[in-house]
Amino acid sequence: MAKVTIDGIEVEVPNGATVLQACEAAGKEIPRFCYHERLSVAGNCRMCLVEVEKAPKPVASCAYPVADGMKVFTDSALVRNARRNVMEFLLINHPLDCPICDQGGECDLQDQATAYGGQGGRYREQKRAVKDKYLGPLVKTIMTRCIQCTRCVRFATEVAGVPELGATGRGEDMQIGTYVEKALTTELSGNLIDICPVGALTSRPYAFVSRPWELRKTDSVDVLDAVGAAIRVDTRGPEVLRILPRINEEVNEEWMADRGRFSFDGLKRRRLDRPWIRVEGKLKPASWQEAFAVVAERLKGIPGQRLGAVAGDLVDAESAFALRELMVGLGSANLDCRQDGAAIDVSRRDHYLFNSGIAGIDEADALLLIGTNPRKEAPVLNARIRKRWSSGALKVASIGPAGLDLTYKAEHLGEGPDALATLRDGGHAFAEVLKGAKRPMIVLGRAAVARPDGAAILAAAWALAESVGALTPEWHGFNMLHLFGGQVGALDAGFVPGEGGLDLAGMLGGGVDALWLLGADGFEPGLIPPGTFVIYQGHHGDRAAARADVILPGAAYTEKDGTYVNTEGRVQRGRMALHPPGEAREDWRIIRAAGAALDVSLAFDTLDALRARMAAANPVFGMVDGRIAEGCHDTAGPRLAEGAAPEATSFTLPITDYWQADAISRASETMAECSRIYNDATPKLAAE
Amino acid sequence: MSAPHSPHHEEPASFAFDAESEAQIEKILKRYPEGKQASGVIPLLYVAQKQMGRATGSAWVPRVAMDTIAERLGMAPIRVYEVATFYFMFNTKPIGRFHLQVCGTTPCWLRGSDEVLRACKDAGHLKGYGDTSEDGLFTMTEVECLGGCVNAPILQVDDDYYEDMDYESTVKLLEALKRGERPKPGSMQGRQGSAPIGGPETVLDIPMRHAAPGRAGEE
Ligand code: SF4
Ligand code: FES
Ligand code: FES
Repeated sequence: MAKVTIDGIEVEVPNGATVLQACEAAGKEIPRFCYHERLSVAGNCRMCLVEVEKAPKPVASCAYPVADGMKVFTDSALVRNARRNVMEFLLINHPLDCPICDQGGECDLQDQATAYGGQGGRYREQKRAVKDKYLGPLVKTIMTRCIQCTRCVRFATEVAGVPELGATGRGEDMQIGTYVEKALTTELSGNLIDICPVGALTSRPYAFVSRPWELRKTDSVDVLDAVGAAIRVDTRGPEVLRILPRINEEVNEEWMADRGRFSFDGLKRRRLDRPWIRVEGKLKPASWQEAFAVVAERLKGIPGQRLGAVAGDLVDAESAFALRELMVGLGSANLDCRQDGAAIDVSRRDHYLFNSGIAGIDEADALLLIGTNPRKEAPVLNARIRKRWSSGALKVASIGPAGLDLTYKAEHLGEGPDALATLRDGGHAFAEVLKGAKRPMIVLGRAAVARPDGAAILAAAWALAESVGALTPEWHGFNMLHLFGGQVGALDAGFVPGEGGLDLAGMLGGGVDALWLLGADGFEPGLIPPGTFVIYQGHHGDRAAARADVILPGAAYTEKDGTYVNTEGRVQRGRMALHPPGEAREDWRIIRAAGAALDVSLAFDTLDALRARMAAANPVFGMVDGRIAEGCHDTAGPRLAEGAAPEATSFTLPITDYWQADAISRASETMAECSRIYNDATPKLAAE
Repeated sequence: MSAPHSPHHEEPASFAFDAESEAQIEKILKRYPEGKQASGVIPLLYVAQKQMGRATGSAWVPRVAMDTIAERLGMAPIRVYEVATFYFMFNTKPIGRFHLQVCGTTPCWLRGSDEVLRACKDAGHLKGYGDTSEDGLFTMTEVECLGGCVNAPILQVDDDYYEDMDYESTVKLLEALKRGERPKPGSMQGRQGSAPIGGPETVLDIPMRHAAPGRAGEE
């Protein structure tokens, strides 16, 4: 530790810390542009100058290591003067176009010019102008505003793992871009907008839409993948205008994936905003009373065990739990939230969670991916794996399709389950790596168990984890990577077949006469046997709504208070940022009202009462923002039928089109454009 | 020298090193320890530029060549683009057969680089810096101090320094180049190195052989 005095305040910081970090520890704000906590140090903007006793010149605090006994001044005349001059230099070539700049109001340069700049510039010559660059459909560029801090270059190279951005040319001609004018091939491009301290990189969909002070900001969580990134939903009136990440060190640090960030225009399109009922084969708009009347009339004639319910991938745990209560009340045990047919064993929670935790990746030293491409399934989690890998402490291997570009090196061990067996028998050198590791992680993609031999694969992956010593009381190295934000919550809510109940396959196999689909768009609705009475409750007229006999319009995740559980089992609350459109209602209320129409008494009238019941049924729902992080106390594996064994079929990946993977992103025009551009096999370079 | 080339060179569809380049690359890459081959990016850019000069008469580095280098050295293509665009010795756009590099920094300027520039424009039919002549023979660029100030002004043609230039000698040089000749580089006033015109005037009587025993063989 080093003792440093900052403006007379003594602080102790670790050796090797920078002066800037020491200043922050002392509570002193240091202006900066190029420095970013999560990126390497560039030291090229000079905004962070401070005075260090005995140093002949002001020093760039972000790149200057502390020394014991150092005395630093952050507000001396020298420092103020230095900052003023750096600012004047930066503004020489920066356009004064704040009134038409989308960064206005939340611009580091604007703020710092006000706080630390001088009265005005003395520069009277021509300013430089730079041609805008093409970085893809999400990031808009106005490169004349670039102050060449190179944060974006470092983000792309270091965090996103796509070294495609760079600074070409030199001196006044230096330009930031890809040189070849192509869309950045990353699922994390939105973060460039956040880290760019000026208005050079801004959001294309948000261009000229709003000013930050016009927005109502609601903290929530992302549900479009199973990471559960902390987000802020910015709304104006009845519209979501943008979604930004918030910091949650345990989950997303400060990053966010593009699908979660940019799909929101899908919240306005193809919405179910009023109830519909099928009359003589055609869907007709109806009132809530009419819809419930049809539901009541049709369901009352059907015995409980001929009713079934399927929950989708984006559902909040409340509505899943409420629907389960309703079905139980109606005498049905036919429930399933595994639309993909994943052979998940819900008898123990650690059989289906990402037990090591997302932050646990920072400690892992060996990691095996089975039937998953985390880059497409959970981009932020993948960036975390990459971060650990870049530190040199993590070795990665993968079983599944060959040739994946994960943004880090992964040894490919095989395409199918046989590689698991080989590994377990020590037939591959990576087995030794896993065994030798202190914190080994086995990451099983959810899709890897969504196949006929899924239970055997689940068991084999668990057995492998056990055999390499990944299951200890201190460390739980078995991890399942889910795909969407509602999946784990529905499992935790017990939305699986009860005693003697049918699973999805059983229900589709003619086991039921009526099917309640709660946002269930994840399976082919054509599989529902004709004659089955289908209730679709959800927010988008996506795949399943067209098959419905009654449509009950629900709320999307931005329009309701809901609980979501991420892949690591963290219980988080999404909050209502705006009201559902038209007649649509929060889903638990719809179920509550349906219960009344069906004469089923549900023991909750308020959200709080519902939540209390959930917590009573499953205590994890009482641990908001937390997760049970512990080792493995019982190495007994998941249930497996006698004689079941994995087949030889190769693993396939679940997400074929990252940009259109759920009902919301499928309705989004932004995502459709991304899909068009990124899935084009022969990427065209934008015309220069 | 070959016949005049068209100035309209285009980005080739592909690039591969020829045998001559491969031989050079092999030598170059041996200079760097295993795993540090990316350090060879600058020499390899030279090799590629030279090869383009041999093959097409225009010594430049097309993007496909940078991509080839990136692949050879195991680095991201953008990192090669950054280096190539940083150093003005690499031409990322096609150039003429002869690259006239006029030094315009103060010593050369004081010694008449404006005249050299004028001569290049007149004899090479060039509009100014950055221009390539219609016949594809010349591209002229302005460069900063070439480190030859003692013999200012300097005109660098491709890799050769022509020193002590003035209007006439520049025109003569360009005419010779047009004829396919390559005049001997060095001082156009016949100076020996940077010695005064007419030969060395000082330290004439030092017997070099004894004064610098370490430098055997030097006269
Ligand atoms: S575009 Fe933004 S982040 Fe990138 S170098 Fe310029 S100012 Fe920095
Ligand atoms: S923040 Fe220190 S030089 Fe940019
Ligand atoms: S100024 Fe021309 S060579 Fe130095």
